[in-house]
Amino acid sequence: MSEVLVSMKDIEKTFPGVHALSQCKFELNAGEVHGLIGENGAGKSTLMKILTGVYSKDSGHIYYKGEEVDITTPKMAQNMGISIIHQELNLMPHLTVAQNIFIGREPRIKNINFLLNEKEINEKARQELEKLNLKIDPKTKASNLTVAKQQMVEITKALSYNSEVLIMDEPTAALTESEIEELFRIIHNLRNKGVGIVYISHRMDELKKICDRVTVMRDGCYVDTVLMKDVTIDQIISMMVGRTIYESKPEINKNDSAEVVLEVKNLNRGKVLKNINFNLKKGEILGFAGLMGAGRTETARAIFGADKTDSCEIFINGQQINIKSPEDAVKNGIGYLSEDRKRYGIAIGLDIETNVVMASFKKFLSFLGWVKTKKTQAAAEGCVESLKIKTPGIKQKLKNLSGGNQQKVVISKWLTRNCNILIFDEPTRGIDVGAKSEIYKLLNDLARQGKSIIMISSELPEILRMSHRVIVMCEGCITGELDINEANQENIMKLATRRGA
Amino acid sequence: MSTKTKPGKVIFNNDAAQKLMAFAALIALFIIFSLASPNFFKFDNIVSIVLATCVNGVLALGITIVLLTGGIDLSIGTSLTFSAVIAGVCIVNLHLPVFVGILIGVGTGALCGCINGIIISKMKLPAFIATLGMQMVLKGLSLVISGTKPIYFNDVKVFREIAMGSILGKIIPGFEIPNSVLIFAAVSIIAGLIITKTIVGRYGCAIGSNEEATRLSGVNVDAWKIAIYSICGVFSGLAGILMASRLNSAQPALGAGYETEAIAAAVIGGTSMSGGEGTIMGTIIGAFIISVLTNGLRILSVPQEWQTVVTGVIVIAAVYMDILRRRKK
Repeated sequence: MSEVLVSMKDIEKTFPGVHALSQCKFELNAGEVHGLIGENGAGKSTLMKILTGVYSKDSGHIYYKGEEVDITTPKMAQNMGISIIHQELNLMPHLTVAQNIFIGREPRIKNINFLLNEKEINEKARQELEKLNLKIDPKTKASNLTVAKQQMVEITKALSYNSEVLIMDEPTAALTESEIEELFRIIHNLRNKGVGIVYISHRMDELKKICDRVTVMRDGCYVDTVLMKDVTIDQIISMMVGRTIYESKPEINKNDSAEVVLEVKNLNRGKVLKNINFNLKKGEILGFAGLMGAGRTETARAIFGADKTDSCEIFINGQQINIKSPEDAVKNGIGYLSEDRKRYGIAIGLDIETNVVMASFKKFLSFLGWVKTKKTQAAAEGCVESLKIKTPGIKQKLKNLSGGNQQKVVISKWLTRNCNILIFDEPTRGIDVGAKSEIYKLLNDLARQGKSIIMISSELPEILRMSHRVIVMCEGCITGELDINEANQENIMKLATRRGA
Repeated sequence: MSTKTKPGKVIFNNDAAQKLMAFAALIALFIIFSLASPNFFKFDNIVSIVLATCVNGVLALGITIVLLTGGIDLSIGTSLTFSAVIAGVCIVNLHLPVFVGILIGVGTGALCGCINGIIISKMKLPAFIATLGMQMVLKGLSLVISGTKPIYFNDVKVFREIAMGSILGKIIPGFEIPNSVLIFAAVSIIAGLIITKTIVGRYGCAIGSNEEATRLSGVNVDAWKIAIYSICGVFSGLAGILMASRLNSAQPALGAGYETEAIAAAVIGGTSMSGGEGTIMGTIIGAFIISVLTNGLRILSVPQEWQTVVTGVIVIAAVYMDILRRRKK
């Protein structure tokens, strides 16, 4: 039996109005990868922020290497050997890799405490990067690195504290398949060296692959800790949500004969998009698969008029139209649901009603420019009902809704605008398992009602489950189109990595 | 998402591009004005340009360090006035030794900066509001303490020597470069070292780049912010002394509005208002661009009102160039 590194007991934490953690416990051994899992808001990140001194606990006990400790600042946690890589990347983009790694504890020129020893900073950083076999120049500015490389730098930084506990909060959210493999290689090495690793993720397949044990949390409470090899993914999911969700095969309605509603021809944009041609049929869900940076979001933004293109011909119902701006796109019934909901999709400080009518205010204006509040209320209430948005009322601010319900509000917005073509960019990113299947059901319903949907997704199971047809992109080109009957993970991945096609 | 730079391919991609562009603009201005007027490119005129740059230059050096953190200090102009008035009161009214008066003056600037820092980091006021308030407080205090009248240093001959005397001229006869130019040069070097070689500059840049990440790395962000605003205050105090010495008086009504010119100098020199980016060399070039412009336009008999208009246009153009550069990235 390996040594217990960290043990947290009876942890309580209350934020104003929210009982975030109640009677939580957690245990981490040396040399294990311990998955921490739960729906959004289950308290995973809060628990780990308490362990690393970002938040202070209200009550409870933390034992580190057998001794009770009181961790009050991030620096204290680091000095003890507990490091965390936060969900959002936490690098200083204007500083170099080396400066980022040694921020807060830069080597100084001897005897003069405020003079930096840049040479030593670079040299030490080089050594730390080498330990992980990373080929990154310590003098590169962090902003010039890819997201994956930035993540590697964060890991290097965390480990350079000689950490014995490394907490990773959703480390793979922004990584491609090959980069995830690289990350897993590093995690394996660390585990063999005896580092205890906490791995927070939503991605079940990853947890299954990498974790030794897994602790499940629900609504701020501890549910159970189990050995990964003893449980199935479905069992974990039912522990998370407190009920069993059937991973039902979706019914896909055939629509071979359906008419083409959108046709894109000869779409080019510098090196980002090269000769994109495809069509979308009525009532169809068209999946866009590919790795990060393959050009899927860029394609969507080009169609939506958000980015300038070198050339692009768009036909809607056979008529060529000119889309120069998002305004033109919306007029032609195209709605775009961004992957970054909070930044581009919703006004988080406003209520449901305002968000729902936001894209179609003209419909609700009277002759003199008054807003017809009765009509807007009716529209919002209609959406809440038909999309089953969980909320106490239409005056609820969006920041108080869960990710899944926020997503439904965005969908409502475009439905209210009478959009017939909906582009969903990563519709289930950051949404927990329970809400995911609701979003899936909603997409199927929309398609059945005759809406045409483009769904961009990085999760292959999602693509395979939802799409009628799959288009695969790689490095700005369409590398293949597959009917759902012939598509599987293998042939999609093959197309998605067909470089230089 | 990847933003790989391809050096050499697009000149705008280079980090030094803005600085080079600013420098090229400065040279261009020199050439244009030299061609336009025979009086421009003369030793005396060049000296007067440099002399005119000193006060704004020192002020701009201080604000550059603050801008680096993503903050702003709108009180540097009136802090300059207040420091000068306090030094004046100490030296003229209280008959303290000049040296002590100067120290107290500069210390006053540091104290104002320190208070700014505390309000911003501990009381969590936005820097814009905090220093706007401080600007008004110091403007009022300067008038109150001086009784709204200028304080003249006529009895203290040595005071004027600080800025306008020439130690260099005594060592090398005929090379009468005023002391304030030497002081500006020395202070520039110090500011340069602070930004590139010391922990203050590193943390300032880190805070401007990603404040939360810096905090989570175990850096005491609040303390460093206070230190940085205090340092900016020292520069304002020093600028106040230089100004008073040059005018041979502490003018309580002067100084408001100086902050805009200092911020303009930093921004023209490539300092980013959102923090994380900025160089001392750039700021110095920016300060010179402003004073060359002012001087040149005056020699060409352009009315002063128009000089201000031109400076404003230059600021907008400089920042727009910067935005274009970033977009290319």
